[in-house]
Order: sequence, then C-alpha cells, then structure tokens
Amino acid sequence: MAVRILPKGRLSRREALWFWLFISPWVFGYVVFTLGPTLGALYLSFTHYDVINPPRWVGLQNYGILFHDFVFWQSLKVSAIYTALSVPLGIVFSLFIAILLNQKVPFLGVFRTLFFLPSVIPFVAATLLFIWILNPAFGIIDFFIRAFVGPNGLIPLGIDGPQWFQDPFWVIPAFTLISLWGFGSSMLIYLSALQGVPTALYEAATIDGAGYWKRFWHVTLPMISPVLLFTFITGIIGSFQTFTQAWVVNGGTGSPAYASMFYVLYLFVNAFRNFAIGTAAAQAWILFIVILVLTILALWVSRRYVYYESEEGGAF
Amino acid sequence: MAELTETQAYTGKRGVTGLWSNQKFQRGLITAVATFLCILGVVVIMFPVAWMISTSLKTEAAALQFPPQWIPKPAVWHNYWVALTSNPFGIYFKNSMLYAITVMVLQTLSSALAAYGFAKLRAPGKNLIFLFVLATLMLPYEVTLIPQYVMFAKMGWLDSYKPLIIPQIFGASYSIFLLRQFMRGIPRDYEEAALIDGASYFSIWWRIILPLSMPALGAVAIITFMWHYNNFMGPLLYINSRLLYPVQLGLQQFQAPHGGTEYNLLMAASLVTILPPVIVFYFAQRFFIQGIVISGVKG
Repeated sequence: MAVRILPKGRLSRREALWFWLFISPWVFGYVVFTLGPTLGALYLSFTHYDVINPPRWVGLQNYGILFHDFVFWQSLKVSAIYTALSVPLGIVFSLFIAILLNQKVPFLGVFRTLFFLPSVIPFVAATLLFIWILNPAFGIIDFFIRAFVGPNGLIPLGIDGPQWFQDPFWVIPAFTLISLWGFGSSMLIYLSALQGVPTALYEAATIDGAGYWKRFWHVTLPMISPVLLFTFITGIIGSFQTFTQAWVVNGGTGSPAYASMFYVLYLFVNAFRNFAIGTAAAQAWILFIVILVLTILALWVSRRYVYYESEEGGAF
Repeated sequence: MAELTETQAYTGKRGVTGLWSNQKFQRGLITAVATFLCILGVVVIMFPVAWMISTSLKTEAAALQFPPQWIPKPAVWHNYWVALTSNPFGIYFKNSMLYAITVMVLQTLSSALAAYGFAKLRAPGKNLIFLFVLATLMLPYEVTLIPQYVMFAKMGWLDSYKPLIIPQIFGASYSIFLLRQFMRGIPRDYEEAALIDGASYFSIWWRIILPLSMPALGAVAIITFMWHYNNFMGPLLYINSRLLYPVQLGLQQFQAPHGGTEYNLLMAASLVTILPPVIVFYFAQRFFIQGIVISGVKG
C-alpha cells in the first residue's frame, strides 16, 4: 500500500489501460470467433435452414418442435444421469490418486505417467477398446465376471456379466467407465495444486498438533478448493457435451431404445443427418442455458466453501 | 505356550504403540500404503492397455478366440507394419504435431496474458468482462459450430488447418480460467516491489508471474496439446484431403473399410499414436515438480 506515492487516479488509470492491453488478444478472438457465431446460432434457431436454401424466419417453431419431441427430453435425461454419475466419481477418483502421488512414493514419475496414460489415448481408440473389453460374448470383463460368479465359476452364484452397451440399464455405467478411465487430466491439475500448497502451512499445522486427516481437511482441501470447483464445473460442462464416445458406439442411433441418446448426439443427428439446422441451433442454445444455470448454481452454492488466498490476506 | 504368546503379544503391543506415535514410522507407513495403493491402481488402470498390446500382436482370428489367449502365440509383429504402412501415417503424424504444437504454444501464451489481467490488474468493469470468459467456458462448442463452418466456408478456409488453428490462438477460456485461479494465489508482495522499482506490468508478467506459474502453465500446455492432438470432430468437419489428415482421422480408417473392425490392426495403430503425447508428458513432468516454487514466499 506504500506504493501509492503518485495521485491515485493516474495509477489506477494506468493499471486499467494495462488490463485492456493484456486481455486484448482474447477480446479480439472472442468477438470474431465466439460472440459472432453465438449470435448467429441464436438467429438460426428462429429459422428453418437446411444448408441448401437460405434461412427462413419461423419464430419459435423450432423450440415448439423440441418441446413435443420425446427423443429431445430423453436426450436431456440421458446426459443428466451420465453427468450425475461420472462427474462426482471422477473428482473423488482423481483427487484420491493425486493425493497418493503427492506422498513420497518411489518412482513417482513412472506412476504419474502410467496413471495419465489412458487419458492420452484417442477417444475413438479408447471407445473401441471398451466396446471390445465390455463385449458380452467375447469381452474380457464379462469373462472375469463369469469366471468368478458365473454358473460354473469359482463362487457359482449364477450371475452373468451385464450386456453393457446393449442393455438400457448398463449402457450409461459403461460410458462412465470410459470417462473414469481418462481421469488423467484432472489428476494432473490436482497434483499441480497440491504441490502448490506451501509446506509452511503443513509445518505450522503439524506444530499445532494436527494429524494427517486434520491437515488434509483444514489445510489441503481449503488450499485446493478453487481448483476443485474449477474441475467440478468443467466436468459438468464436458459431460453434457459427450459426443465422440457415443458416436463411435452407436453411430447416432442412441441404441438400445434411446438409452444412450446423449444430448449432443441428438443435436448432431438433427444438424447433419436430418439437416434440421434451425432445430439443432435451438438445441445448442437450450444446452447453453442449461449449462449456464447449473454453473451459476454451483458458483453460488460454493461461495462459502472456496478459499482464495490473496483476497483473504490472512494467510501470510 | 499360551503364556508365551500372551507375553509376546503384550510386548508386541507396547512396541506397536510406541511405533504409532513415532513420526518417522508414521511417514514410512503412509508411504508404504500409498505405494501399495498406487501399484494396485496401476494394475487396474493398465489392464486395458495391456489387453490392447496383447490384441495388437494377435492374428485377426486369435483376437476373437474364446476363452481368450493371454499372451499371443505367435506374436504377430507384422501387424504394426501393416497398420502403419497401409495408410501414410508418417504424414498424419506430421500434420497432427504441427497443428497441436502451434495451438499449444500460442494459446498458452495468449491465455496467460489475459489470465494475468483478470487475476491481478484492477480496472472498472473487469468482473463483468470476466463473466464473458465464464460464459464462454460454459458455451458448448456446438453453438458456434454451424455458424463458424458457414463463415470459414465463405472465406475459402475449408480443407486446411486455418479453421482449426486461427480461432484458437487468441486464448481459450478454459486455460484463462485455470491460470487466473492459479495466479490469484500468488502474493502481491513481488509485484508491488517490482512496481516500486519501476517495472512495467508487461515485465512483471514476463519476469515474475510466468516463472511462478510454471506448474499451471505446464498443465495448461499439456492439456491443450492433448485436446488438439485428440480432436476428432474438428478435423472431421474441416479436413477432406487424405494427405492433410491428422492421426485421429487416419485411425478411423481402420474402422470404416471392411465393416468389421480389425481390432488387432486398430490396436497396433492406436498404440503407436499414443506415443507422442506420452513422451511429451514424460519430459514436461519437471514443470509439475517445480510446483514447490510457488511456495517460495515462505522463505
């Protein structure tokens, strides 16, 4: 605060100018490649457009079509269930592994690389791998299940492996397995955040008699809470946008019985299979609003729990 | 006998109680448990990869054999040759790397610029503008997909990497948000000292903020690289010429031609395509280990 030797107005004007300079590349990209196309999509959502003929204004018709479309509501439900299942599981799993790796584990580099490996495997290949691993007839997972609890297994309970991608109940858990397997990115972010927690805080907590659990609860968790919130929100957004895996599995049919008709899958089918561009644009905008509401909700609920060090100022 | 056991148990118990309160033992135990869990985790996580390797070395018939053949006999190394030469994978690799590395470098830098502005500089209306970053973060790319495609088609950018690279180099909201969260944690003391010494905000960004943000920058750069290396929908939409294909479109070819996927060849090709990101990640790991630098303020 002793910096304020010059009149306050000049300094803050200079700082504000620098702020605009720093964000100017982003502002340019935003206006040209995001804001423009977003408004363009909004316009298209009020039109009938089939790529070939010019867009024709139809008002709210596209939204009305969707409101009475069973598949649209089904796709919203599928994505919501998938999100509720995969996002919390993913966070707990990645954080757990990141904490393990943050201990003084030998061969840290090797472990880190191996845990991260699945998330660099291309979506297409990873999905095909899981289609094959989870194949009810030849898949290795159901082979294990049968070998242990099948009719002739070690413990003959007569339980057969699930039909996974062919079963309306098991298809979403099967997709969740694929997403959990690629937990490497969020694990990296958590690990980076864990390593950023000042060791002085741990030392101080230890001197005050805090055990491992208390240090985790009162030091680690608050210090990494902004990053946890970040991965939670981006996790929701990402899982609502699931497309590639679903496309590889069912080619846009959402089989069985629309049980894997993910939201964006249906959007894509409408846009590029049915060439109902206007309806697809309306779907895109509804998705945007759904995500917006969920995010604002998460930010609002978390305000009390997320801790920003330099704002609070008390830590040092 | 029973007495002896009891005595042993008693002394043993005392010994254990003593050990429990020993800091060094506690730390050692935690390391041992963590190591054990890590090994267990790696076995589970790596099993599909092991199965992938196994499949990649089988004949097409052996790949579908049941009960499964654990170790391929004989190992068909020729699969790799077939997988990589039936399509020009060398060219696909070059295309993918040029695309992913260009975006990685430029996007990380431009994102770090904006992130510093949002994290540290005070300006009227900043929070309102940051809401736009957050909104972009929440904006599904499907919203911009169709209008962007129409726009790039009119500009004659189809069948080139321009639509995939140019929109990316001005910063990504994901990276800006992550870097901002990280930079907010950097204490103001450094900057204020530099300001007194007459440093400009740009040199503060370059000399103080960027070096302190290395762990986050490393993470952002790697995630950006991975995302674009693995990007499938973008190239599918914009790239038509086979010689411009990135690796992902090349991989897809194994699925299409014969109807039935040749899993052995697909797995062989997939395994080769995951090598570049794995190597990049392995060598960039030092950025994460440098994370301790952030706590430099404690000294």
